Amino acid sequence: MTDHDHDHHHHDHDHSELSETELRVRALETILTEKGYVEPAALDAIIQAYETRIGPHNGAQVVAKAWTDPAFKQALLDDATKAVSTLGHVSRVGDHLVAVENTPQRHNMVVCTLCSCYPWEMLGLPPVWYKAAPYRSRAVKDPRGVLADFGVSLPKETEIRVWDSTAETRFLVLPMRPEGTEGWSEQQLAELVTRDSMIGTGFPKTPGAPS
Amino acid sequence: MDEASVRATAALPGIPRDEDGPVFREPWEAQAFAMALALHARGLFTWNEWAAALAREIKRAQAAGDPDTGETYYRHWLATLENLVAEKGVASSDTQHRYREAWDHAADRTPHGQPIELTPADFG
Repeated sequence: MTDHDHDHHHHDHDHSELSETELRVRALETILTEKGYVEPAALDAIIQAYETRIGPHNGAQVVAKAWTDPAFKQALLDDATKAVSTLGHVSRVGDHLVAVENTPQRHNMVVCTLCSCYPWEMLGLPPVWYKAAPYRSRAVKDPRGVLADFGVSLPKETEIRVWDSTAETRFLVLPMRPEGTEGWSEQQLAELVTRDSMIGTGFPKTPGAPS
Repeated sequence: MDEASVRATAALPGIPRDEDGPVFREPWEAQAFAMALALHARGLFTWNEWAAALAREIKRAQAAGDPDTGETYYRHWLATLENLVAEKGVASSDTQHRYREAWDHAADRTPHGQPIELTPADFG
Protein backbone atom coordinates (compact mmCIF):
# COMPACT_ATOMS: atom_id res chain seq x y z
CA MET A 1 0.00 0.00 0.00
CA THR A 2 1.43 3.41 -0.87
CA ASP A 3 1.44 6.39 1.46
CA HIS A 4 -1.04 8.09 -0.77
CA ASP A 5 -3.52 5.25 -0.49
CA HIS A 6 -3.02 5.17 3.22
CA ASP A 7 -3.92 8.83 3.53
CA HIS A 8 -6.93 8.31 1.36
CA HIS A 9 -8.27 5.64 3.69
CA HIS A 10 -8.17 7.92 6.67
CA HIS A 11 -9.64 11.14 5.43
CA ASP A 12 -13.15 12.33 6.13
CA HIS A 13 -14.08 10.00 8.91
CA ASP A 14 -16.85 12.36 9.98
CA HIS A 15 -19.23 11.56 7.12
CA SER A 16 -19.93 8.85 4.59
CA GLU A 17 -18.70 8.76 1.05
CA LEU A 18 -19.88 7.03 -2.09
CA SER A 19 -17.78 6.76 -5.23
CA GLU A 20 -19.03 8.31 -8.46
CA THR A 21 -19.92 4.82 -9.71
CA GLU A 22 -21.80 3.93 -6.53
CA LEU A 23 -23.76 7.18 -6.82
CA ARG A 24 -24.77 6.28 -10.37
CA VAL A 25 -25.86 2.79 -9.37
CA ARG A 26 -27.87 4.02 -6.40
CA ALA A 27 -29.47 6.78 -8.47
CA LEU A 28 -30.56 4.32 -11.14
CA GLU A 29 -31.87 1.81 -8.63
CA THR A 30 -33.90 4.48 -6.82
CA ILE A 31 -35.43 5.77 -10.05
CA LEU A 32 -36.30 2.30 -11.34
CA THR A 33 -37.81 1.35 -7.98
CA GLU A 34 -39.87 4.54 -7.69
CA LYS A 35 -41.20 4.09 -11.19
CA GLY A 36 -42.07 0.48 -10.52
CA TYR A 37 -39.65 -1.01 -13.04
CA VAL A 38 -37.78 -3.09 -10.49
CA GLU A 39 -38.52 -4.54 -7.07
CA PRO A 40 -35.69 -4.20 -4.54
CA ALA A 41 -36.48 -7.72 -3.31
CA ALA A 42 -36.12 -9.10 -6.84
CA LEU A 43 -32.74 -7.36 -7.23
CA ASP A 44 -31.64 -8.74 -3.86
CA ALA A 45 -32.61 -12.22 -4.99
CA ILE A 46 -30.50 -11.96 -8.15
CA ILE A 47 -27.54 -10.56 -6.23
CA GLN A 48 -27.90 -13.22 -3.56
CA ALA A 49 -27.60 -15.92 -6.20
CA TYR A 50 -24.13 -14.52 -6.95
CA GLU A 51 -23.08 -13.51 -3.45
CA THR A 52 -20.23 -16.02 -3.34
CA ARG A 53 -18.91 -14.71 -6.65
CA ILE A 54 -18.43 -11.08 -5.74
CA GLY A 55 -15.16 -9.61 -4.54
CA PRO A 56 -11.81 -11.13 -3.68
CA HIS A 57 -12.90 -12.90 -0.47
CA ASN A 58 -9.67 -12.15 1.35
CA GLY A 59 -11.15 -13.27 4.64
CA ALA A 60 -11.11 -16.97 3.77
CA GLN A 61 -7.40 -16.78 2.95
CA VAL A 62 -6.69 -14.94 6.19
CA VAL A 63 -8.53 -17.58 8.21
CA ALA A 64 -6.84 -20.47 6.38
CA LYS A 65 -3.43 -18.95 7.01
CA ALA A 66 -4.20 -18.49 10.70
CA TRP A 67 -5.16 -22.18 10.88
CA THR A 68 -1.85 -23.33 9.42
CA ASP A 69 0.62 -20.73 10.72
CA PRO A 70 0.64 -20.23 14.51
CA ALA A 71 2.86 -17.13 14.31
CA PHE A 72 0.47 -15.50 11.84
CA LYS A 73 -2.49 -16.45 14.01
CA GLN A 74 -0.91 -14.77 17.03
CA ALA A 75 -0.10 -11.69 14.96
CA LEU A 76 -3.68 -11.61 13.68
CA LEU A 77 -5.14 -11.73 17.18
CA ASP A 78 -2.67 -9.09 18.40
CA ASP A 79 -3.27 -6.64 15.55
CA ALA A 80 -5.41 -7.84 12.66
CA THR A 81 -4.89 -4.70 10.59
CA LYS A 82 -1.13 -5.13 10.67
CA ALA A 83 -1.23 -8.90 10.15
CA VAL A 84 -3.55 -8.67 7.15
CA SER A 85 -1.44 -5.92 5.58
CA THR A 86 1.59 -8.27 5.60
CA LEU A 87 -0.33 -10.53 3.19
CA GLY A 88 -0.23 -7.76 0.62
CA HIS A 89 -3.97 -7.42 0.28
CA VAL A 90 -4.88 -4.01 -0.95
CA SER A 91 -8.04 -3.50 0.96
CA ARG A 92 -9.70 -0.49 2.49
CA VAL A 93 -11.16 -2.70 5.22
CA GLY A 94 -7.73 -3.31 6.68
CA ASP A 95 -8.17 -0.32 8.98
CA HIS A 96 -9.31 -0.99 12.54
CA LEU A 97 -9.83 -4.68 11.94
CA VAL A 98 -10.09 -6.91 15.01
CA ALA A 99 -10.00 -10.71 14.81
CA VAL A 100 -11.88 -12.61 17.50
CA GLU A 101 -11.17 -16.30 17.97
CA ASN A 102 -13.79 -18.98 18.47
CA THR A 103 -12.85 -21.62 21.03
CA PRO A 104 -14.77 -24.46 22.66
CA GLN A 105 -15.42 -21.99 25.51
CA ARG A 106 -16.45 -18.98 23.46
CA HIS A 107 -18.33 -18.35 20.22
CA ASN A 108 -18.21 -14.91 18.60
CA MET A 109 -20.88 -13.31 16.48
CA VAL A 110 -20.82 -9.94 14.72
CA VAL A 111 -23.59 -7.44 14.10
CA CYS A 112 -23.12 -4.37 11.98
CA THR A 113 -24.90 -1.19 10.96
CA LEU A 114 -24.05 -1.90 7.32
CA CYS A 115 -22.67 1.53 6.71
CA SER A 116 -20.81 2.24 3.51
CA CYS A 117 -17.70 0.59 4.96
CA TYR A 118 -19.08 -2.92 5.41
CA PRO A 119 -16.00 -5.11 4.85
CA TRP A 120 -17.24 -6.99 1.78
CA GLU A 121 -13.68 -7.47 0.50
CA MET A 122 -12.95 -9.64 3.51
CA LEU A 123 -16.28 -11.29 4.07
CA GLY A 124 -18.08 -11.22 0.76
CA LEU A 125 -21.49 -9.59 0.48
CA PRO A 126 -23.65 -9.38 3.57
CA PRO A 127 -26.62 -11.72 3.61
CA VAL A 128 -29.99 -10.03 3.10
CA TRP A 129 -31.20 -10.78 6.65
CA TYR A 130 -28.14 -9.01 8.01
CA LYS A 131 -29.66 -5.72 6.89
CA ALA A 132 -32.79 -6.20 8.94
CA ALA A 133 -33.11 -4.22 12.17
CA PRO A 134 -34.80 -7.14 13.99
CA TYR A 135 -31.74 -9.32 13.39
CA ARG A 136 -29.54 -6.72 14.97
CA SER A 137 -31.60 -6.18 18.10
CA ARG A 138 -32.38 -9.85 18.58
CA ALA A 139 -28.75 -10.83 18.12
CA VAL A 140 -27.88 -8.67 21.10
CA LYS A 141 -30.78 -9.81 23.29
CA ASP A 142 -31.03 -13.47 22.34
CA PRO A 143 -27.91 -14.59 20.47
CA ARG A 144 -28.52 -18.27 21.18
CA GLY A 145 -31.99 -18.03 19.69
CA VAL A 146 -30.72 -16.28 16.58
CA LEU A 147 -28.00 -18.87 16.13
CA ALA A 148 -30.56 -21.65 16.54
CA ASP A 149 -32.56 -20.09 13.69
CA PHE A 150 -29.48 -20.47 11.52
CA GLY A 151 -29.14 -24.09 12.55
CA VAL A 152 -26.12 -23.35 14.71
CA SER A 153 -26.32 -25.10 18.04
CA LEU A 154 -23.60 -24.71 20.60
CA PRO A 155 -22.97 -26.58 23.83
CA LYS A 156 -24.71 -24.90 26.78
CA GLU A 157 -21.38 -24.13 28.42
CA THR A 158 -20.10 -22.19 25.39
CA GLU A 159 -20.32 -18.48 26.04
CA ILE A 160 -21.58 -16.32 23.15
CA ARG A 161 -20.04 -12.90 22.65
CA VAL A 162 -21.77 -10.42 20.33
CA TRP A 163 -19.60 -7.74 18.74
CA ASP A 164 -21.08 -4.58 17.31
CA SER A 165 -19.22 -3.32 14.26
CA THR A 166 -18.88 0.41 14.03
CA ALA A 167 -17.24 2.78 11.63
CA GLU A 168 -14.11 2.59 13.75
CA THR A 169 -13.88 -1.14 14.32
CA ARG A 170 -14.75 -4.11 12.19
CA PHE A 171 -14.63 -7.68 13.36
CA LEU A 172 -13.54 -10.87 11.71
CA VAL A 173 -14.48 -14.09 13.47
CA LEU A 174 -11.70 -16.66 13.38
CA PRO A 175 -13.69 -19.92 13.38
CA MET A 176 -12.32 -23.19 14.76
CA ARG A 177 -10.49 -25.32 12.23
CA PRO A 178 -12.67 -28.29 11.24
CA GLU A 179 -11.68 -31.76 12.42
CA GLY A 180 -10.20 -34.07 9.82
CA THR A 181 -8.20 -31.42 7.96
CA GLU A 182 -4.73 -32.38 9.19
CA GLY A 183 -2.14 -31.78 6.52
CA TRP A 184 -4.45 -29.71 4.31
CA SER A 185 -2.98 -26.83 2.35
CA GLU A 186 -4.01 -23.23 2.94
CA GLN A 187 -5.78 -23.28 -0.40
CA GLN A 188 -7.81 -26.38 0.48
CA LEU A 189 -8.66 -24.94 3.89
CA ALA A 190 -9.73 -21.58 2.43
CA GLU A 191 -12.40 -23.44 0.44
CA LEU A 192 -14.02 -24.47 3.72
CA VAL A 193 -14.29 -20.93 5.09
CA THR A 194 -17.75 -19.51 4.52
CA ARG A 195 -18.90 -15.93 4.92
CA ASP A 196 -21.28 -16.96 7.68
CA SER A 197 -18.45 -18.61 9.61
CA MET A 198 -16.57 -15.30 9.58
CA ILE A 199 -19.51 -13.37 11.01
CA GLY A 200 -20.29 -16.12 13.50
CA THR A 201 -23.67 -17.24 12.20
CA GLY A 202 -22.32 -20.48 10.78
CA PHE A 203 -19.47 -22.96 10.92
CA PRO A 204 -16.86 -23.66 8.25
CA LYS A 205 -17.78 -26.42 5.82
CA THR A 206 -16.99 -29.95 6.92
CA PRO A 207 -14.41 -31.88 4.91
CA GLY A 208 -16.06 -34.20 2.44
CA ALA A 209 -19.50 -32.62 2.74
CA PRO A 210 -21.03 -31.48 -0.55
CA SER A 211 -20.44 -27.76 -1.07
CA MET B 1 -27.55 -19.99 -11.79
CA ASP B 2 -31.21 -19.45 -12.45
CA GLU B 3 -32.64 -19.70 -15.93
CA ALA B 4 -32.80 -15.94 -16.58
CA SER B 5 -29.12 -15.59 -15.71
CA VAL B 6 -28.17 -18.52 -17.93
CA ARG B 7 -29.98 -16.92 -20.86
CA ALA B 8 -28.45 -13.52 -20.11
CA THR B 9 -24.89 -14.83 -19.98
CA ALA B 10 -25.44 -16.87 -23.12
CA ALA B 11 -26.68 -13.75 -24.90
CA LEU B 12 -23.70 -11.73 -23.71
CA PRO B 13 -20.50 -13.53 -24.61
CA GLY B 14 -18.20 -10.75 -23.33
CA ILE B 15 -19.34 -10.98 -19.72
CA PRO B 16 -16.52 -11.58 -17.19
CA ARG B 17 -16.95 -15.16 -16.02
CA ASP B 18 -15.29 -18.39 -15.01
CA GLU B 19 -16.44 -21.93 -15.73
CA ASP B 20 -19.33 -21.58 -13.28
CA GLY B 21 -20.74 -18.30 -14.56
CA PRO B 22 -20.39 -14.54 -14.09
CA VAL B 23 -17.94 -13.10 -11.56
CA PHE B 24 -17.97 -9.60 -10.12
CA ARG B 25 -15.09 -7.54 -8.80
CA GLU B 26 -17.22 -5.28 -6.65
CA PRO B 27 -20.78 -5.30 -5.28
CA TRP B 28 -21.94 -2.47 -7.56
CA GLU B 29 -21.13 -4.63 -10.60
CA ALA B 30 -23.57 -7.27 -9.37
CA GLN B 31 -26.16 -4.55 -8.70
CA ALA B 32 -25.81 -3.25 -12.24
CA PHE B 33 -26.03 -6.82 -13.59
CA ALA B 34 -29.18 -7.44 -11.54
CA MET B 35 -30.85 -4.25 -12.78
CA ALA B 36 -30.31 -5.25 -16.40
CA LEU B 37 -31.76 -8.71 -15.71
CA ALA B 38 -34.79 -7.18 -14.00
CA LEU B 39 -35.41 -4.64 -16.78
CA HIS B 40 -35.08 -7.36 -19.40
CA ALA B 41 -37.57 -9.50 -17.47
CA ARG B 42 -39.94 -6.54 -17.49
CA GLY B 43 -39.59 -6.33 -21.27
CA LEU B 44 -37.83 -2.97 -21.48
CA PHE B 45 -35.39 -4.44 -24.00
CA THR B 46 -34.45 -7.73 -25.63
CA TRP B 47 -30.99 -9.22 -25.15
CA ASN B 48 -30.22 -8.50 -28.81
CA GLU B 49 -31.08 -4.88 -28.24
CA TRP B 50 -29.01 -4.82 -25.07
CA ALA B 51 -26.01 -6.47 -26.74
CA ALA B 52 -26.09 -3.92 -29.56
CA ALA B 53 -26.30 -0.99 -27.14
CA LEU B 54 -23.47 -2.40 -25.03
CA ALA B 55 -21.32 -2.97 -28.12
CA ARG B 56 -21.88 0.67 -29.14
CA GLU B 57 -20.87 1.84 -25.69
CA ILE B 58 -17.70 -0.30 -25.69
CA LYS B 59 -16.79 0.91 -29.15
CA ARG B 60 -17.27 4.51 -28.07
CA ALA B 61 -15.11 3.94 -24.97
CA GLN B 62 -12.39 2.22 -26.98
CA ALA B 63 -12.32 5.12 -29.41
CA ALA B 64 -11.77 7.34 -26.36
CA GLY B 65 -8.82 5.19 -25.28
CA ASP B 66 -10.39 2.57 -22.98
CA PRO B 67 -8.27 -0.62 -22.97
CA ASP B 68 -11.38 -2.81 -22.41
CA THR B 69 -9.46 -5.36 -20.40
CA GLY B 70 -12.50 -6.64 -18.55
CA GLU B 71 -11.78 -4.36 -15.60
CA THR B 72 -13.94 -1.71 -17.20
CA TYR B 73 -16.62 -4.04 -18.55
CA TYR B 74 -19.23 -3.13 -15.95
CA ARG B 75 -18.54 0.57 -16.33
CA HIS B 76 -19.69 0.18 -19.94
CA TRP B 77 -22.56 -1.96 -18.69
CA LEU B 78 -23.68 0.81 -16.33
CA ALA B 79 -23.40 3.48 -19.06
CA THR B 80 -25.51 1.24 -21.32
CA LEU B 81 -28.17 0.94 -18.63
CA GLU B 82 -28.25 4.71 -18.20
CA ASN B 83 -28.51 5.25 -21.96
CA LEU B 84 -31.33 2.76 -22.42
CA VAL B 85 -33.24 4.09 -19.41
CA ALA B 86 -33.09 7.55 -21.03
CA GLU B 87 -33.81 6.32 -24.60
CA LYS B 88 -36.82 4.29 -23.49
CA GLY B 89 -38.26 7.34 -21.76
CA VAL B 90 -38.03 5.89 -18.24
CA ALA B 91 -35.92 8.76 -16.91
CA SER B 92 -33.97 11.46 -18.72
CA SER B 93 -30.28 11.93 -18.09
CA ASP B 94 -31.18 15.15 -16.24
CA THR B 95 -33.35 13.19 -13.85
CA GLN B 96 -30.61 10.61 -13.40
CA HIS B 97 -28.19 13.41 -12.63
CA ARG B 98 -30.54 14.88 -10.03
CA TYR B 99 -30.82 11.55 -8.21
CA ARG B 100 -27.05 11.18 -8.26
CA GLU B 101 -26.63 14.59 -6.63
CA ALA B 102 -29.26 13.68 -4.06
CA TRP B 103 -27.41 10.48 -3.11
CA ASP B 104 -24.20 12.48 -2.86
CA HIS B 105 -25.96 14.88 -0.51
CA ALA B 106 -27.33 11.98 1.54
CA ALA B 107 -23.83 10.51 1.90
CA ASP B 108 -22.45 13.88 2.96
CA ARG B 109 -24.91 14.36 5.78
CA THR B 110 -24.74 10.75 7.02
CA PRO B 111 -22.29 10.28 9.88
CA HIS B 112 -19.69 7.66 9.20
CA GLY B 113 -20.91 4.31 10.48
CA GLN B 114 -24.60 4.83 9.69
CA PRO B 115 -26.49 3.34 6.76
CA ILE B 116 -27.00 5.94 4.02
CA GLU B 117 -30.65 6.63 3.25
CA LEU B 118 -32.19 8.98 0.72
CA THR B 119 -34.85 11.46 1.90
CA PRO B 120 -36.87 14.10 0.00
CA ALA B 121 -34.73 16.81 1.66
CA ASP B 122 -31.70 15.52 -0.26
CA PHE B 123 -33.20 16.88 -3.48
CA GLY B 124 -32.06 20.47 -2.94
